[in-house]
Amino acid sequence: MDRVRDKIIPVLTILAALVAVWYVAAVFMNAPFQRDLDRRAGETPGTIEFIGKTLSQPKPTMPAPHQVAQNFFENTFLRKVTSNRSLVYHSWVTLSSTLLGFAFGTALGILIAVGIVHVTALDRSLMPWIIASQTIPILAVAPMIIVVLAAIGVTGLIPKALISTYLSFFPVAVGMVKGLRSPEVMHLDLMHTYNASASQTFWKLRVPASVPFLFASMKVAVAASLVGAIVGELPTGAVAGIGAKLLAGAYYSQTIDIWAALVAGSVVAAMLVVLVGLVGKLVERSMGGRPA
Amino acid sequence: MTVNQATATRVEQSAVVEARQLGLTFQTNDGPVRALSNVDLTINKGEFVSFIGPSGCGKTTFLRVIADLEKPTEGTISINGMSSEQAREARAYGYVFQAAALLPWRTIERNVALPLEIIGLPRAEQQERIKRTMDLVNLSGFEKKYPWQLSGGMQQRASIARALAFDADLLLMDEPFGALDEIVRDHLNEQLLQLWRRTDKTICFVTHSIPEAVYLSTRIVVMSQRPGRVTDVIESTLPKERPLDIRESPEFLAIAARVRDGLRAGHSYED
Ligand SMILES: Nc1ncnc2c1ncn2[C@@H]1O[C@H](COP(=O)(O)OP(=O)(O)OP(=O)(O)O)[C@@H](O)[C@H]1O
Ligand SMILES: [Mg+2]
Repeated sequence: MDRVRDKIIPVLTILAALVAVWYVAAVFMNAPFQRDLDRRAGETPGTIEFIGKTLSQPKPTMPAPHQVAQNFFENTFLRKVTSNRSLVYHSWVTLSSTLLGFAFGTALGILIAVGIVHVTALDRSLMPWIIASQTIPILAVAPMIIVVLAAIGVTGLIPKALISTYLSFFPVAVGMVKGLRSPEVMHLDLMHTYNASASQTFWKLRVPASVPFLFASMKVAVAASLVGAIVGELPTGAVAGIGAKLLAGAYYSQTIDIWAALVAGSVVAAMLVVLVGLVGKLVERSMGGRPA
Repeated sequence: MTVNQATATRVEQSAVVEARQLGLTFQTNDGPVRALSNVDLTINKGEFVSFIGPSGCGKTTFLRVIADLEKPTEGTISINGMSSEQAREARAYGYVFQAAALLPWRTIERNVALPLEIIGLPRAEQQERIKRTMDLVNLSGFEKKYPWQLSGGMQQRASIARALAFDADLLLMDEPFGALDEIVRDHLNEQLLQLWRRTDKTICFVTHSIPEAVYLSTRIVVMSQRPGRVTDVIESTLPKERPLDIRESPEFLAIAARVRDGLRAGHSYED
Protein backbone atom coordinates (compact mmCIF):
# COMPACT_ATOMS: atom_id res chain seq x y z
CA MET A 1 0.00 0.00 0.00
CA ASP A 2 2.74 2.43 1.02
CA ARG A 3 4.63 1.53 -2.08
CA VAL A 4 1.63 2.43 -4.22
CA ARG A 5 1.22 5.75 -2.48
CA ASP A 6 4.91 6.66 -2.30
CA LYS A 7 6.16 5.52 -5.67
CA ILE A 8 3.54 4.57 -8.20
CA ILE A 9 1.09 7.45 -7.80
CA PRO A 10 3.66 10.25 -8.27
CA VAL A 11 5.11 8.49 -11.29
CA LEU A 12 1.68 7.97 -12.83
CA THR A 13 0.74 11.61 -12.22
CA ILE A 14 3.82 12.82 -14.09
CA LEU A 15 3.13 10.30 -16.85
CA ALA A 16 -0.45 11.54 -17.27
CA ALA A 17 0.73 15.15 -17.41
CA LEU A 18 3.33 14.26 -20.03
CA VAL A 19 0.78 12.42 -22.18
CA ALA A 20 -1.57 15.40 -22.00
CA VAL A 21 1.19 17.82 -23.04
CA TRP A 22 2.16 15.41 -25.78
CA TYR A 23 -1.39 15.36 -27.20
CA VAL A 24 -1.61 19.13 -27.20
CA ALA A 25 1.79 19.39 -28.86
CA ALA A 26 0.80 16.80 -31.46
CA VAL A 27 -2.34 18.75 -32.40
CA PHE A 28 -0.43 22.01 -32.79
CA MET A 29 2.51 20.55 -34.69
CA ASN A 30 0.39 18.53 -37.09
CA ALA A 31 -2.17 21.28 -37.65
CA PRO A 32 -0.39 23.26 -40.42
CA PHE A 33 0.03 20.16 -42.61
CA GLN A 34 -3.56 19.09 -41.95
CA ARG A 35 -4.85 22.54 -42.90
CA ASP A 36 -2.83 22.31 -46.08
CA LEU A 37 -4.38 18.92 -46.90
CA ASP A 38 -7.89 20.11 -46.14
CA ARG A 39 -7.47 23.23 -48.25
CA ARG A 40 -6.33 21.16 -51.24
CA ALA A 41 -9.19 18.74 -50.81
CA GLY A 42 -11.57 21.68 -50.39
CA GLU A 43 -12.80 20.41 -47.03
CA THR A 44 -13.78 22.52 -44.02
CA PRO A 45 -13.97 20.16 -41.04
CA GLY A 46 -15.27 21.23 -37.63
CA THR A 47 -12.87 21.65 -34.73
CA ILE A 48 -13.41 18.21 -33.23
CA GLU A 49 -13.09 16.50 -36.59
CA PHE A 50 -9.96 18.56 -37.36
CA ILE A 51 -8.30 17.57 -34.11
CA GLY A 52 -9.18 13.94 -34.75
CA LYS A 53 -7.50 14.18 -38.16
CA THR A 54 -4.32 15.78 -36.77
CA LEU A 55 -4.02 12.83 -34.41
CA SER A 56 -4.39 10.16 -37.08
CA GLN A 57 -2.08 11.20 -39.91
CA PRO A 58 -0.07 8.31 -41.35
CA LYS A 59 3.22 10.31 -41.37
CA PRO A 60 2.66 13.03 -38.77
CA THR A 61 5.29 15.57 -37.77
CA MET A 62 4.59 14.56 -34.23
CA PRO A 63 2.80 11.24 -33.75
CA ALA A 64 0.13 11.07 -31.08
CA PRO A 65 0.75 8.84 -28.04
CA HIS A 66 -1.90 6.30 -29.08
CA GLN A 67 -0.35 6.00 -32.54
CA VAL A 68 3.04 5.27 -31.02
CA ALA A 69 1.51 2.91 -28.49
CA GLN A 70 -0.36 1.01 -31.18
CA ASN A 71 2.73 0.76 -33.41
CA PHE A 72 4.85 -0.32 -30.47
CA PHE A 73 2.30 -2.93 -29.40
CA GLU A 74 1.89 -4.38 -32.88
CA ASN A 75 5.60 -4.53 -33.60
CA THR A 76 6.45 -5.93 -30.20
CA PHE A 77 3.77 -8.50 -29.50
CA LEU A 78 2.06 -9.32 -32.78
CA ARG A 79 5.08 -10.09 -34.94
CA LYS A 80 7.28 -13.14 -35.04
CA VAL A 81 10.46 -12.22 -33.13
CA THR A 82 12.51 -13.24 -36.17
CA SER A 83 10.65 -10.80 -38.38
CA ASN A 84 12.54 -7.75 -39.65
CA ARG A 85 9.64 -5.60 -38.47
CA SER A 86 9.64 -6.90 -34.92
CA LEU A 87 10.90 -4.45 -32.33
CA VAL A 88 11.85 -7.40 -30.16
CA TYR A 89 14.20 -8.53 -32.90
CA HIS A 90 15.77 -5.08 -33.31
CA SER A 91 16.00 -4.60 -29.54
CA TRP A 92 17.73 -7.94 -29.21
CA VAL A 93 20.31 -6.98 -31.84
CA THR A 94 21.06 -3.72 -29.99
CA LEU A 95 20.92 -5.41 -26.61
CA SER A 96 23.50 -8.03 -27.57
CA SER A 97 26.09 -5.44 -28.54
CA THR A 98 25.11 -3.33 -25.51
CA LEU A 99 25.81 -6.23 -23.18
CA LEU A 100 29.07 -7.16 -24.88
CA GLY A 101 30.25 -3.54 -24.79
CA PHE A 102 29.09 -3.15 -21.20
CA ALA A 103 31.03 -6.24 -20.16
CA PHE A 104 34.17 -4.95 -21.92
CA GLY A 105 33.63 -1.46 -20.52
CA THR A 106 33.14 -2.63 -16.96
CA ALA A 107 36.22 -4.85 -17.13
CA LEU A 108 38.28 -2.07 -18.69
CA GLY A 109 37.01 0.47 -16.17
CA ILE A 110 37.88 -1.76 -13.23
CA LEU A 111 41.31 -2.50 -14.69
CA ILE A 112 42.05 1.19 -15.17
CA ALA A 113 40.83 2.00 -11.65
CA VAL A 114 43.03 -0.70 -10.10
CA GLY A 115 45.99 0.69 -12.04
CA ILE A 116 45.27 4.26 -11.01
CA VAL A 117 44.86 3.36 -7.34
CA HIS A 118 48.03 1.28 -7.16
CA VAL A 119 50.45 3.04 -9.48
CA THR A 120 51.11 6.71 -8.77
CA ALA A 121 52.51 7.25 -12.25
CA LEU A 122 49.23 6.04 -13.78
CA ASP A 123 47.23 8.26 -11.45
CA ARG A 124 49.03 11.30 -12.82
CA SER A 125 49.25 10.27 -16.47
CA LEU A 126 46.07 8.34 -17.18
CA MET A 127 43.32 10.38 -15.57
CA PRO A 128 43.62 13.48 -17.81
CA TRP A 129 43.50 11.27 -20.93
CA ILE A 130 40.47 9.41 -19.66
CA ILE A 131 38.63 12.63 -19.02
CA ALA A 132 39.72 14.02 -22.39
CA SER A 133 38.43 10.88 -24.09
CA GLN A 134 34.94 11.66 -22.87
CA THR A 135 34.97 15.23 -24.18
CA ILE A 136 35.23 14.01 -27.78
CA PRO A 137 31.70 13.73 -29.13
CA ILE A 138 30.80 10.11 -29.65
CA LEU A 139 29.01 10.96 -32.90
CA ALA A 140 32.37 12.03 -34.33
CA VAL A 141 34.25 9.01 -33.09
CA ALA A 142 31.70 6.32 -33.93
CA PRO A 143 31.97 6.48 -37.73
CA MET A 144 35.77 6.47 -37.54
CA ILE A 145 35.81 3.38 -35.37
CA ILE A 146 33.33 1.60 -37.64
CA VAL A 147 35.15 2.57 -40.84
CA VAL A 148 38.63 1.80 -39.55
CA LEU A 149 37.56 -1.57 -38.20
CA ALA A 150 35.68 -2.37 -41.41
CA ALA A 151 38.87 -1.61 -43.35
CA ILE A 152 40.74 -4.26 -41.42
CA GLY A 153 37.87 -6.68 -41.84
CA VAL A 154 36.14 -6.38 -38.46
CA THR A 155 32.42 -5.83 -38.86
CA GLY A 156 29.20 -6.75 -37.12
CA LEU A 157 28.89 -6.97 -33.38
CA ILE A 158 32.43 -6.03 -32.29
CA PRO A 159 32.66 -2.45 -33.67
CA LYS A 160 29.31 -1.53 -32.14
CA ALA A 161 30.29 -3.12 -28.85
CA LEU A 162 33.54 -1.13 -28.87
CA ILE A 163 31.59 2.11 -29.04
CA SER A 164 29.57 0.94 -26.05
CA THR A 165 32.83 0.13 -24.32
CA TYR A 166 34.14 3.60 -25.09
CA LEU A 167 31.13 5.17 -23.38
CA SER A 168 30.78 2.76 -20.46
CA PHE A 169 34.33 2.33 -19.17
CA PHE A 170 34.46 5.93 -18.00
CA PRO A 171 31.80 5.91 -15.27
CA VAL A 172 33.08 2.57 -14.03
CA ALA A 173 36.68 3.77 -13.91
CA VAL A 174 35.78 6.95 -12.06
CA GLY A 175 33.41 5.15 -9.66
CA MET A 176 35.88 2.39 -8.92
CA VAL A 177 38.75 4.78 -8.28
CA LYS A 178 36.54 6.43 -5.72
CA GLY A 179 35.38 3.07 -4.35
CA LEU A 180 38.84 1.56 -4.04
CA ARG A 181 39.92 4.70 -2.20
CA SER A 182 36.87 4.72 0.06
CA PRO A 183 38.17 2.65 3.03
CA GLU A 184 38.52 4.71 6.19
CA VAL A 185 41.98 5.62 7.41
CA MET A 186 41.35 3.57 10.55
CA HIS A 187 40.69 0.43 8.52
CA LEU A 188 43.84 1.01 6.51
CA ASP A 189 45.76 1.53 9.77
CA LEU A 190 44.28 -1.73 11.04
CA MET A 191 45.57 -3.64 8.01
CA HIS A 192 48.91 -1.90 8.51
CA THR A 193 49.17 -3.16 12.09
CA TYR A 194 48.63 -6.71 10.78
CA ASN A 195 51.42 -6.08 8.29
CA ALA A 196 48.97 -7.09 5.54
CA SER A 197 50.41 -7.20 2.04
CA ALA A 198 49.13 -4.84 -0.63
CA SER A 199 47.15 -7.65 -2.22
CA GLN A 200 45.58 -8.66 1.11
CA THR A 201 44.57 -5.05 1.72
CA PHE A 202 43.21 -4.93 -1.81
CA TRP A 203 41.08 -8.07 -1.62
CA LYS A 204 39.97 -7.91 1.99
CA LEU A 205 39.43 -4.16 2.31
CA ARG A 206 39.45 -2.14 -0.91
CA VAL A 207 37.41 -4.50 -3.07
CA PRO A 208 34.53 -5.07 -0.62
CA ALA A 209 34.46 -1.35 0.20
CA SER A 210 34.15 -0.51 -3.50
CA VAL A 211 31.15 -2.74 -4.24
CA PRO A 212 28.44 -0.07 -3.70
CA PHE A 213 30.43 2.33 -5.88
CA LEU A 214 30.77 -0.34 -8.57
CA PHE A 215 27.03 -0.91 -8.84
CA ALA A 216 26.20 2.78 -8.77
CA SER A 217 28.57 3.40 -11.67
CA MET A 218 27.44 0.27 -13.52
CA LYS A 219 23.91 1.68 -13.59
CA VAL A 220 25.20 4.74 -15.41
CA ALA A 221 27.49 2.63 -17.58
CA VAL A 222 24.79 0.25 -18.79
CA ALA A 223 22.62 3.14 -19.97
CA ALA A 224 25.65 4.69 -21.68
CA SER A 225 26.36 1.32 -23.32
CA LEU A 226 22.92 1.27 -24.86
CA VAL A 227 23.39 4.77 -26.25
CA GLY A 228 26.74 3.62 -27.64
CA ALA A 229 25.21 0.61 -29.33
CA ILE A 230 22.46 2.71 -30.94
CA VAL A 231 24.94 5.35 -32.09
CA GLY A 232 27.14 2.56 -33.43
CA GLU A 233 24.29 1.34 -35.62
CA LEU A 234 23.74 4.71 -37.26
CA PRO A 235 26.81 5.06 -39.49
CA THR A 236 27.03 1.44 -40.59
CA GLY A 237 23.86 1.58 -42.54
CA ALA A 238 23.09 -1.33 -40.30
CA VAL A 239 20.14 -3.44 -41.30
CA ALA A 240 19.12 -4.38 -37.80
CA GLY A 241 18.99 -2.80 -34.37
CA ILE A 242 17.17 0.11 -32.79
CA GLY A 243 19.63 2.53 -34.40
CA ALA A 244 18.96 1.04 -37.84
CA LYS A 245 15.25 1.30 -37.22
CA LEU A 246 15.62 5.00 -36.31
CA LEU A 247 17.66 5.65 -39.43
CA ALA A 248 15.22 3.83 -41.72
CA GLY A 249 12.32 5.63 -40.11
CA ALA A 250 13.98 9.00 -40.73
CA TYR A 251 14.78 8.03 -44.34
CA TYR A 252 11.19 7.15 -45.15
CA SER A 253 9.63 9.78 -42.85
CA GLN A 254 8.03 6.98 -40.83
CA THR A 255 7.76 9.16 -37.74
CA ILE A 256 5.56 6.69 -35.89
CA ASP A 257 8.19 3.97 -36.43
CA ILE A 258 10.89 6.30 -35.12
CA TRP A 259 8.95 7.03 -31.96
CA ALA A 260 8.09 3.38 -31.43
CA ALA A 261 11.78 2.51 -31.78
CA LEU A 262 12.61 5.24 -29.25
CA VAL A 263 10.10 3.75 -26.84
CA ALA A 264 11.67 0.32 -27.37
CA GLY A 265 15.08 1.82 -26.60
CA SER A 266 13.78 3.41 -23.39
CA VAL A 267 12.17 0.17 -22.30
CA VAL A 268 15.43 -1.72 -22.84
CA ALA A 269 17.38 1.00 -20.97
CA ALA A 270 14.96 0.94 -18.05
CA MET A 271 15.10 -2.85 -17.85
CA LEU A 272 18.90 -2.83 -17.88
CA VAL A 273 19.20 -0.16 -15.19
CA VAL A 274 16.62 -1.88 -12.99
CA LEU A 275 18.36 -5.22 -13.47
CA VAL A 276 21.76 -3.82 -12.48
CA GLY A 277 20.18 -2.13 -9.48
CA LEU A 278 18.54 -5.38 -8.45
CA VAL A 279 21.76 -7.38 -8.72
CA GLY A 280 23.48 -4.62 -6.75
CA LYS A 281 20.87 -4.89 -3.99
CA LEU A 282 21.22 -8.66 -3.83
CA VAL A 283 25.01 -8.45 -3.62
CA GLU A 284 24.89 -5.79 -0.92
CA ARG A 285 22.35 -7.83 1.01
CA SER A 286 24.63 -10.85 0.87
CA MET A 287 27.43 -8.63 2.20
CA GLY A 288 25.42 -7.84 5.32
CA GLY A 289 24.03 -4.55 4.05
CA ARG A 290 21.50 -3.01 6.36
CA PRO A 291 18.09 -3.27 4.72
CA ALA A 292 17.04 0.27 3.86
CA MET B 1 70.24 -6.29 12.02
CA THR B 2 69.40 -9.96 11.69
CA VAL B 3 66.49 -11.49 13.52
CA ASN B 4 68.82 -13.54 15.72
CA GLN B 5 70.65 -10.47 16.93
CA ALA B 6 67.34 -8.79 17.60
CA THR B 7 66.18 -11.72 19.73
CA ALA B 8 69.47 -11.73 21.59
CA THR B 9 69.15 -8.07 22.57
CA ARG B 10 65.59 -8.60 23.71
CA VAL B 11 66.51 -11.47 26.00
CA GLU B 12 69.31 -9.39 27.47
CA GLN B 13 67.38 -6.32 28.44
CA SER B 14 63.77 -7.63 28.34
CA ALA B 15 62.64 -4.10 27.55
CA VAL B 16 59.67 -4.35 25.27
CA VAL B 17 59.21 -0.66 24.57
CA GLU B 18 62.05 1.81 24.89
CA ALA B 19 61.45 5.49 24.13
CA ARG B 20 64.40 7.88 24.29
CA GLN B 21 63.84 11.64 24.11
CA LEU B 22 60.91 10.88 21.88
CA GLY B 23 59.14 13.81 20.26
CA LEU B 24 56.57 14.21 17.53
CA THR B 25 55.46 17.40 15.87
CA PHE B 26 52.56 17.30 13.41
CA GLN B 27 52.77 19.80 10.57
CA THR B 28 49.26 21.11 10.14
CA ASN B 29 47.78 23.94 8.11
CA ASP B 30 47.54 25.99 11.30
CA GLY B 31 51.23 25.50 11.98
CA PRO B 32 53.12 22.81 13.89
CA VAL B 33 51.40 20.87 16.68
CA ARG B 34 53.76 19.41 19.20
CA ALA B 35 51.95 16.22 20.24
CA LEU B 36 54.82 14.60 22.16
CA SER B 37 58.01 15.94 23.59
CA ASN B 38 60.94 14.47 25.52
CA VAL B 39 59.25 11.20 26.34
CA ASP B 40 61.64 8.82 28.11
CA LEU B 41 60.02 5.56 28.99
CA THR B 42 61.03 1.94 29.29
CA ILE B 43 58.34 -0.72 29.46
CA ASN B 44 59.56 -4.13 30.48
CA LYS B 45 58.23 -7.53 29.55
CA GLY B 46 55.12 -8.52 31.49
CA GLU B 47 54.24 -5.01 32.65
CA PHE B 48 50.77 -3.56 32.54
CA VAL B 49 51.22 0.16 31.90
CA SER B 50 48.32 2.61 31.86
CA PHE B 51 48.48 6.03 30.25
CA ILE B 52 46.27 8.71 31.71
CA GLY B 53 46.05 12.40 30.98
CA PRO B 54 43.82 15.14 29.64
CA SER B 55 42.30 14.87 26.19
CA GLY B 56 44.77 15.81 23.48
CA CYS B 57 47.90 15.13 25.56
CA GLY B 58 49.23 12.61 23.05
CA LYS B 59 48.25 9.23 24.50
CA THR B 60 46.92 7.95 21.20
CA THR B 61 49.87 9.45 19.40
CA PHE B 62 52.29 7.61 21.67
CA LEU B 63 50.59 4.26 21.01
CA ARG B 64 50.60 5.01 17.30
CA VAL B 65 54.33 5.68 17.43
CA ILE B 66 54.88 2.31 19.11
CA ALA B 67 52.69 0.73 16.42
CA ASP B 68 54.65 2.36 13.58
CA LEU B 69 51.54 4.24 12.48
CA GLU B 70 53.36 7.55 13.12
CA LYS B 71 57.06 8.31 12.79
CA PRO B 72 58.65 10.29 15.62
CA THR B 73 60.28 13.53 14.57
CA GLU B 74 62.78 13.46 17.44
CA GLY B 75 64.42 10.76 19.52
CA THR B 76 64.14 7.02 19.11
CA ILE B 77 61.72 4.23 19.83
CA SER B 78 62.55 0.55 19.90
CA ILE B 79 60.27 -2.43 20.35
CA ASN B 80 61.87 -5.68 21.50
CA GLY B 81 65.17 -4.17 20.46
CA MET B 82 63.92 -3.64 16.93
CA SER B 83 62.77 -0.53 15.14
CA SER B 84 59.02 0.02 15.28
CA GLU B 85 58.80 -0.89 11.60
CA GLN B 86 60.59 -4.20 12.07
CA ALA B 87 58.40 -4.91 15.09
CA ARG B 88 55.28 -4.28 13.07
CA GLU B 89 56.55 -6.53 10.31
CA ALA B 90 57.25 -9.20 12.92
CA ARG B 91 53.64 -8.73 14.11
CA ALA B 92 54.89 -7.95 17.57
CA TYR B 93 51.74 -6.23 18.81
CA GLY B 94 47.97 -6.22 18.68
CA TYR B 95 46.19 -2.87 18.56
CA VAL B 96 42.73 -1.98 19.85
CA PHE B 97 41.68 1.33 18.36
CA GLN B 98 39.72 4.01 20.17
CA ALA B 99 36.74 3.11 17.90
CA ALA B 100 35.73 -0.44 17.05
CA ALA B 101 36.85 -0.29 13.39
CA LEU B 102 34.95 -3.41 12.37
CA LEU B 103 34.48 -4.12 8.67
CA PRO B 104 30.73 -3.64 8.00
CA TRP B 105 30.51 -6.39 5.37
CA ARG B 106 31.92 -9.08 7.65
CA THR B 107 30.01 -10.87 10.38
CA ILE B 108 31.44 -10.57 13.89
CA GLU B 109 33.26 -13.89 13.63
CA ARG B 110 34.65 -13.02 10.19
CA ASN B 111 35.87 -9.73 11.68
CA VAL B 112 37.66 -11.58 14.43
CA ALA B 113 39.04 -13.93 11.79
CA LEU B 114 40.46 -11.08 9.68
CA PRO B 115 43.94 -10.90 11.26
CA LEU B 116 44.05 -14.70 11.44
CA GLU B 117 43.38 -14.94 7.71
CA ILE B 118 46.09 -12.39 7.08
CA ILE B 119 48.74 -14.28 9.04
CA GLY B 120 47.55 -17.45 7.32
CA LEU B 121 46.45 -19.61 10.24
CA PRO B 122 44.82 -22.94 9.41
CA ARG B 123 41.01 -22.98 9.51
CA ALA B 124 40.74 -25.18 12.58
CA GLU B 125 43.04 -22.96 14.62
CA GLN B 126 41.12 -19.88 13.45
CA GLN B 127 37.87 -21.45 14.65
CA GLU B 128 39.37 -22.37 17.99
CA ARG B 129 40.71 -18.84 18.61
CA ILE B 130 37.48 -17.19 17.50
CA LYS B 131 35.48 -19.30 19.91
CA ARG B 132 37.86 -18.70 22.80
CA THR B 133 38.04 -14.93 22.43
CA MET B 134 34.32 -14.51 21.70
CA ASP B 135 33.64 -16.38 24.95
CA LEU B 136 36.13 -14.17 26.75
CA VAL B 137 34.35 -10.96 25.80
CA ASN B 138 30.87 -12.52 26.31
CA LEU B 139 29.83 -12.35 22.69
CA SER B 140 29.02 -16.03 22.15
CA GLY B 141 25.84 -16.32 20.14
CA PHE B 142 26.55 -13.18 18.12
CA GLU B 143 29.06 -14.79 15.75
CA LYS B 144 26.83 -14.53 12.68
CA LYS B 145 25.61 -10.97 13.31
CA TYR B 146 26.83 -8.00 11.34
CA PRO B 147 28.36 -5.04 13.19
CA TRP B 148 25.32 -2.79 12.64
CA GLN B 149 23.17 -5.34 14.47
CA LEU B 150 25.24 -4.87 17.65
CA SER B 151 25.33 -2.04 20.17
CA GLY B 152 28.38 0.22 20.29
CA GLY B 153 29.71 -1.52 23.39
CA MET B 154 29.30 -4.94 21.82
CA GLN B 155 31.13 -3.74 18.73
CA GLN B 156 33.97 -2.55 20.92
CA ARG B 157 34.10 -5.96 22.63
CA ALA B 158 34.26 -7.61 19.20
CA SER B 159 37.25 -5.45 18.36
CA ILE B 160 38.90 -6.51 21.62
CA ALA B 161 38.23 -10.15 20.73
CA ARG B 162 39.86 -9.50 17.38
CA ALA B 163 43.00 -8.11 19.00
CA LEU B 164 43.14 -10.95 21.53
CA ALA B 165 42.73 -13.57 18.77
CA PHE B 166 45.76 -12.06 17.05
CA ASP B 167 47.62 -13.13 20.21
CA ALA B 168 50.69 -10.90 20.07
CA ASP B 169 52.93 -10.55 23.15
CA LEU B 170 52.42 -6.79 23.25
CA LEU B 171 48.90 -5.42 23.44
CA LEU B 172 48.25 -1.73 22.71
CA MET B 173 44.79 -0.67 23.85
CA ASP B 174 43.45 2.82 23.26
CA GLU B 175 40.52 3.46 25.63
CA PRO B 176 39.10 0.03 24.86
CA PHE B 177 36.40 0.17 27.52
CA GLY B 178 35.46 3.82 27.12
CA ALA B 179 32.10 3.02 25.50
CA LEU B 180 30.99 0.32 27.97
CA ASP B 181 28.70 0.42 30.98
CA GLU B 182 30.19 0.00 34.46
CA ILE B 183 29.21 -3.65 34.94
CA VAL B 184 30.55 -4.83 31.60
CA ARG B 185 33.60 -2.70 32.19
CA ASP B 186 34.26 -4.35 35.56
CA HIS B 187 33.83 -7.76 33.99
CA LEU B 188 36.20 -7.01 31.14
CA ASN B 189 38.72 -5.45 33.53
CA GLU B 190 38.76 -8.72 35.48
CA GLN B 191 39.01 -10.79 32.31
CA LEU B 192 41.86 -8.65 31.03
CA LEU B 193 43.77 -8.94 34.30
CA GLN B 194 43.30 -12.70 34.30
CA LEU B 195 44.49 -12.94 30.72
CA TRP B 196 47.50 -10.78 31.49
CA ARG B 197 48.46 -12.85 34.56
CA ARG B 198 48.07 -16.10 32.65
CA THR B 199 49.91 -15.14 29.50
CA ASP B 200 52.73 -12.83 30.54
CA LYS B 201 51.69 -10.32 27.90
CA THR B 202 52.89 -6.75 28.02
CA ILE B 203 49.99 -4.32 27.91
CA CYS B 204 49.89 -0.58 27.17
CA PHE B 205 46.49 0.73 28.11
CA VAL B 206 45.07 4.22 27.60
CA THR B 207 42.22 5.31 29.85
CA HIS B 208 40.54 8.38 31.29
CA SER B 209 39.40 6.51 34.40
CA ILE B 210 41.64 6.71 37.49
CA PRO B 211 40.08 3.64 39.21
CA GLU B 212 40.49 1.61 36.03
CA ALA B 213 44.13 2.64 35.68
CA VAL B 214 44.92 1.84 39.30
CA TYR B 215 43.02 -1.45 39.28
CA LEU B 216 44.75 -2.77 36.18
CA SER B 217 48.26 -1.42 36.15
CA THR B 218 51.66 -2.25 37.49
CA ARG B 219 52.64 1.26 36.46
CA ILE B 220 50.67 4.38 35.68
CA VAL B 221 52.07 6.99 33.36
CA VAL B 222 50.56 10.43 33.89
CA MET B 223 50.80 12.74 30.92
CA SER B 224 50.09 16.41 30.41
CA GLN B 225 49.29 18.68 27.55
CA ARG B 226 50.97 21.19 25.28
CA PRO B 227 53.35 19.79 24.56
CA GLY B 228 52.35 16.23 25.44
CA ARG B 229 54.86 14.87 27.91
CA VAL B 230 55.20 12.42 30.78
CA THR B 231 54.85 14.24 34.10
CA ASP B 232 54.71 11.37 36.54
CA VAL B 233 55.22 7.62 36.62
CA ILE B 234 53.57 5.83 39.52
CA GLU B 235 54.53 2.29 40.50
CA SER B 236 51.63 0.27 41.84
CA THR B 237 52.17 -1.54 45.12
CA LEU B 238 49.08 -3.68 44.67
CA PRO B 239 49.57 -7.46 44.44
CA LYS B 240 49.26 -9.22 41.10
CA GLU B 241 46.12 -10.99 42.33
CA ARG B 242 43.39 -8.32 42.46
CA PRO B 243 39.77 -9.05 43.33
CA LEU B 244 37.36 -6.28 42.34
CA ASP B 245 36.87 -5.19 45.95
CA ILE B 246 40.55 -4.27 46.22
CA ARG B 247 39.26 -0.97 44.92
CA GLU B 248 37.96 -0.14 48.38
CA SER B 249 41.29 -0.84 50.10
CA PRO B 250 43.28 2.09 51.59
CA GLU B 251 46.30 1.13 49.50
CA PHE B 252 44.26 1.40 46.30
CA LEU B 253 42.80 4.75 47.35
CA ALA B 254 46.24 6.08 48.18
CA ILE B 255 47.54 5.25 44.72
CA ALA B 256 44.41 6.75 43.16
CA ALA B 257 44.99 9.95 45.12
CA ARG B 258 48.56 10.15 43.84
CA VAL B 259 47.38 9.74 40.26
CA ARG B 260 44.77 12.44 40.81
CA ASP B 261 47.39 14.82 42.19
CA GLY B 262 49.63 14.09 39.23
CA LEU B 263 46.78 14.83 36.82
CA ARG B 264 45.89 18.07 38.65
CA ALA B 265 49.48 19.28 38.56
CA GLY B 266 49.72 18.64 34.84
CA HIS B 267 46.38 20.19 34.00
CA SER B 268 46.60 23.70 32.70
CA TYR B 269 43.66 25.88 33.56
CA GLU B 270 44.92 28.97 31.77
CA ASP B 271 42.70 28.36 28.77
N1 LIG C 1 47.23 13.34 12.33
C1 LIG C 1 47.31 14.45 13.08
N2 LIG C 1 47.60 15.62 12.50
C2 LIG C 1 47.70 16.75 13.23
N3 LIG C 1 47.56 16.81 14.56
C3 LIG C 1 47.28 15.67 15.20
C4 LIG C 1 47.13 14.42 14.50
N4 LIG C 1 46.84 13.46 15.40
C5 LIG C 1 46.81 14.08 16.60
N5 LIG C 1 47.07 15.40 16.49
C6 LIG C 1 47.16 16.36 17.62
O1 LIG C 1 48.07 15.84 18.55
C7 LIG C 1 47.61 16.05 19.87
C8 LIG C 1 47.53 14.74 20.61
O2 LIG C 1 46.49 13.95 20.06
P1 LIG C 1 46.12 12.51 20.60
O3 LIG C 1 45.09 11.94 19.69
O4 LIG C 1 47.35 11.72 20.78
O5 LIG C 1 45.45 12.84 22.01
P2 LIG C 1 44.87 11.86 23.12
O6 LIG C 1 45.69 12.02 24.33
O7 LIG C 1 44.73 10.49 22.57
O8 LIG C 1 43.43 12.49 23.37
P3 LIG C 1 42.04 11.77 23.72
O9 LIG C 1 42.11 11.43 25.19
O10 LIG C 1 41.01 12.81 23.46
O11 LIG C 1 41.93 10.56 22.85
C9 LIG C 1 46.28 16.76 19.75
O12 LIG C 1 46.52 18.14 19.97
C10 LIG C 1 45.85 16.51 18.35
O13 LIG C 1 45.14 17.61 17.85
MG1 LIG D 1 43.14 9.26 22.03
